[in-house]
Amino acid sequence: MKILSKTLNKINIFLENNPKITIYFPQFLIILVLTIIISYFSLNASTNMAARGIETGFAFLKNKASFDIQFSLIEFDSNDSYARAYLVGLLNTLLVSGIGIFFATVIGFFVGIIRLSTNILASKVAEAYIEIFRNIPLLLQIFFWYFAVLRLLPSSENSLILFDFVFANIKGIYVPRFVWTNFNFLTYGLVVSILAIYIFRFYSKKKQDLTGVQVPTFTTSLIIFVVINLLFIIIGNVGLSLTYPVLETNRGIHNYSGGVSVIPELIALAFSLSLYTSTFIAECVRAGILGIDKGQKEAAASIGLSKSQILKLIVIPQALRIIIPPVTNQYLNLTKNSSLAAAIAYPDIVLVFAGTALMQTGKAIEIVSITMLTYLTLSISISLFMNWYNKKNSLTER
Amino acid sequence: MKIIKLMISMFAVFLITACGNQTTKKTSTLDTTKKQGFVKCGVSQGLPGFSNADAGGNWTGIDVDVCRAVAAAVLGDATKVKYTPLSAKERFTALQAGDIDVLSRNTTWTLERDAAIGLEFVGVNFYDGQGFMVRSSSGIKSVKDFKNGTKVCTNTGTTTELNMADFFKAAGVTYEPVVFEKADEVVQAYDAGRCDTYTTDKSGLAAQRTKMSKPDDHIVLPETISKEPLGPVVREGDGDWADVVRWSLNVWIEAEEYGVNSSNIDSMMDSKNPAIQRIVGAEGTKNGAALNLDQKWSYNIIKQVGNYAESYKRNLADTGIMPDRGPNALWTKGGILYVPPVR
Amino acid sequence: MNLVNWTRKNLFSNWHDTLLTFIILFLFYISIPPLLSWMFFDATFFGTSKKDCSGTGACWVFIQVWLKRFTYGMYPNDQIWRIDLAFIIFFFVIGAYFFVNTKIKKILFIFLTIIFPFLAIFLFHGGLFGLEEVETRVWGGLFLTLFISVFSIIFCFPIGVLLAMGRRSKLPVIRYFSIGFIELWRGVPLITVLFMAAVMFPVFLPSGTNLDKLVRVIIAITLFESAYIAEVIRGGLQAIPKGQYDAANSLGMGYWKSHILIILPQALKIVIPGVANTFIALFKDTPLILVVGLMELLGMVNMAKTNPAWLGLATEGYVFAAIVYFIFCFAMSRYSLRLEKQLKTSN
Repeated sequence: MKILSKTLNKINIFLENNPKITIYFPQFLIILVLTIIISYFSLNASTNMAARGIETGFAFLKNKASFDIQFSLIEFDSNDSYARAYLVGLLNTLLVSGIGIFFATVIGFFVGIIRLSTNILASKVAEAYIEIFRNIPLLLQIFFWYFAVLRLLPSSENSLILFDFVFANIKGIYVPRFVWTNFNFLTYGLVVSILAIYIFRFYSKKKQDLTGVQVPTFTTSLIIFVVINLLFIIIGNVGLSLTYPVLETNRGIHNYSGGVSVIPELIALAFSLSLYTSTFIAECVRAGILGIDKGQKEAAASIGLSKSQILKLIVIPQALRIIIPPVTNQYLNLTKNSSLAAAIAYPDIVLVFAGTALMQTGKAIEIVSITMLTYLTLSISISLFMNWYNKKNSLTER
Repeated sequence: MKIIKLMISMFAVFLITACGNQTTKKTSTLDTTKKQGFVKCGVSQGLPGFSNADAGGNWTGIDVDVCRAVAAAVLGDATKVKYTPLSAKERFTALQAGDIDVLSRNTTWTLERDAAIGLEFVGVNFYDGQGFMVRSSSGIKSVKDFKNGTKVCTNTGTTTELNMADFFKAAGVTYEPVVFEKADEVVQAYDAGRCDTYTTDKSGLAAQRTKMSKPDDHIVLPETISKEPLGPVVREGDGDWADVVRWSLNVWIEAEEYGVNSSNIDSMMDSKNPAIQRIVGAEGTKNGAALNLDQKWSYNIIKQVGNYAESYKRNLADTGIMPDRGPNALWTKGGILYVPPVR
Repeated sequence: MNLVNWTRKNLFSNWHDTLLTFIILFLFYISIPPLLSWMFFDATFFGTSKKDCSGTGACWVFIQVWLKRFTYGMYPNDQIWRIDLAFIIFFFVIGAYFFVNTKIKKILFIFLTIIFPFLAIFLFHGGLFGLEEVETRVWGGLFLTLFISVFSIIFCFPIGVLLAMGRRSKLPVIRYFSIGFIELWRGVPLITVLFMAAVMFPVFLPSGTNLDKLVRVIIAITLFESAYIAEVIRGGLQAIPKGQYDAANSLGMGYWKSHILIILPQALKIVIPGVANTFIALFKDTPLILVVGLMELLGMVNMAKTNPAWLGLATEGYVFAAIVYFIFCFAMSRYSLRLEKQLKTSN
């Protein structure tokens, strides 16, 4: 025992005299351990694969995929490559995330504000909504909407028809497709009107700075937008017609064609993602609004701002500063959660690429790595953007 | 700076030593199996007639019988099998990684699988082909009746998915594939009306029909759009083990050819026919030794598992899944079941 | 009179509140009666097969018949007492925890965190001392949900502590390694991590090593969740005033001594609610393991609903599972909220 404590003491003294060792040794140790682990695993992998004659590498991405995908935003057919199948999956992931983010934000803000309502019944209902949908696993919610609810829709020939416009059946929901003529003019109109509004805002702000007179910006902007776009539509002879989905019958098989079809897998996924994420967004919104000091409102009122001005100039900008970072985090979670598509048949990147392509090629390592890297890139780019945004908008305390 | 340089050089030295020390030790699956006392066999997650577990966890099916035959040949006891149910996604990795030693999971033999992903197909225990199932109320009588916009349910990651793409492309018909990973989910989606037709191997169609709400409302179209030879698979690079599985399969089938079955094998032991003597492993034959197995390897298979006809009857005919042998009849009886001679 | 005042103030204070109240009451009116009659009044509760369900309401017979499978998976019926025993011990110890003095508390804590896990694994898996071996692939149901979430959280806690300390370390290699590790797992969805465990892990192990699938999944979930736990703990470490570090240093304590004796005890106390929230998230994520073929509660419901004798009962199954998950998550989130409040007041 004595020898042990003596040597320990000696080591301590030695370390104190050589402070560099305490800095470099742990780091060296980490590198060493990491190298051992990584080389151990990669050696295993390479011997395993060499022993079984498995080729590695990413050349397979150029090969013909030979399978079809139910639903894609870009043209895809079985002659296209695995790389294109990856792209189809990625775009479908982004599509469902985009839809989910939109509805989650709308519902989340609505519920968050209702939650703070002075009407106790309304605020309790909002609270119940939040507690129910956030405490049930997302996968279960997806299954519920997909397998239990959407499967109850009638067959194509007995579709539910809403206003002769929306046709809902077990194979999906069909709506008319917009067919534009001279669509270019509409885009020109949009660009010009946005430009005009921007210029108008610039000058009205200048005017307010100089003279203190406030111009009603919102109403004027709206008028500018409507007038300019109407002008362009009339001049450019922009036309809009609708192609309706038509029920086609082939013997006993009935299918709608034409129009826009929304597959039930997309509906179930987008719906559950929106409901689930909206509960978290609602809580962020509530925290954001509660986070504003009461004094701020009172101060604003005391300098004569109207109620809507207080909301617009004092409450919302400050609340947003609190709300946006956690909400972005929720957007990120929603995007990652969209990978649950694989459990129902929505062809997102996990189903198409980490599912079908993996099984057809057997390239587990390559495909799982690409998939993980894709999500990682999405996450990191969003968080870099957030850091930049936070820096730009953080309070500069004086 | 010096210390960083030192670290880098240490790192390099370490890498070299680590690489040098790694020696690839080839282990023989046959020896390991004999030592551990059971055969590690990969089967499906539930396909009636092929590999299906009952409530008590007992596996039955014609794919399962392949595993049992191997266990009988190697260990003398057909029950010494450890079954691992696998999804389509996991099956090849599980085999490559050694989680299982035989994959007997209605797996189609294709060039790509045989050559490129480290697998070795040892034979065929069921000749199948892809077909379509439709509701009889749909009025579809032939695959030629499919028109644009048909919605097709199937399993993802299978040869079925690829054949289907080829088929519709050749026919010039646009279609929408609705693909699920689990067979049960495909069946339910089709059953609920999400799809107009359901496509998979014809045996699979027959087996899955039993899981539908009204099995009699569906018909299988007459056409077969692909060849699907299903059979057991082993890892590439272990020839001895591949031989054991291959010849367990072959003797199982050849026993039917010579009329040797589980009930008459004991009387066949003193048969004068040399072919039968070889099948039953009578005195003086050396098949067992050639495979590094016991003399009674084939006797054990036939005694405990039965011959192919018995397996077929038990699993596919009596259950009503595939009452007709079709292509799986012996070559002498109008089928294509033809195995190399066991000699 | 009071009631009238209360309703006027809280429900009808102005025209839009009044409108809102009426809209909500109307929604209640159209949705609640049919829901209640589906769930209770028209429902069938007892029976042995689907044929017993005649009413227009829910068929709870499905749940009643399958309850054992939903709870224990395919675990052999005659061995179920082992699971029950383990959980009884677990809850007994936790219950006793509130009634004994500090000294016994310490013993109980050590028992629960160090001895109990081994005891539980021995009971569940068996294969020693004459206890029949039960393979992990028949484990399932709610039991597997709890098993995976509890064991993952136990394993990921120490890793999380180390990562959090690493991320705040002054040594660049350690810091960047921790940042990289944490951000890697936080940036990818759990489902890809599980795929990795199912199809990639085996390739990276020496050939012939047969690592149980459940073990691989627990490793994957542990790696994944440790990144989240690390961030929670880092929050706690950051909240410790700098004076504490300085004071520990001035007493001549080294890095490890000061962390173990001074910093971590304080930091961990702050982060208990955060850890509880991470545990809830982990618990809600467990159903995902069905993508790699493990059947916890949701997986068992999915399996039962495809049984030919019980087709068309998906809604009942999912509603049951939803209620079970809700009870667990809601109770835990309320508990963590209470802890949070306690911490706030004690500070």
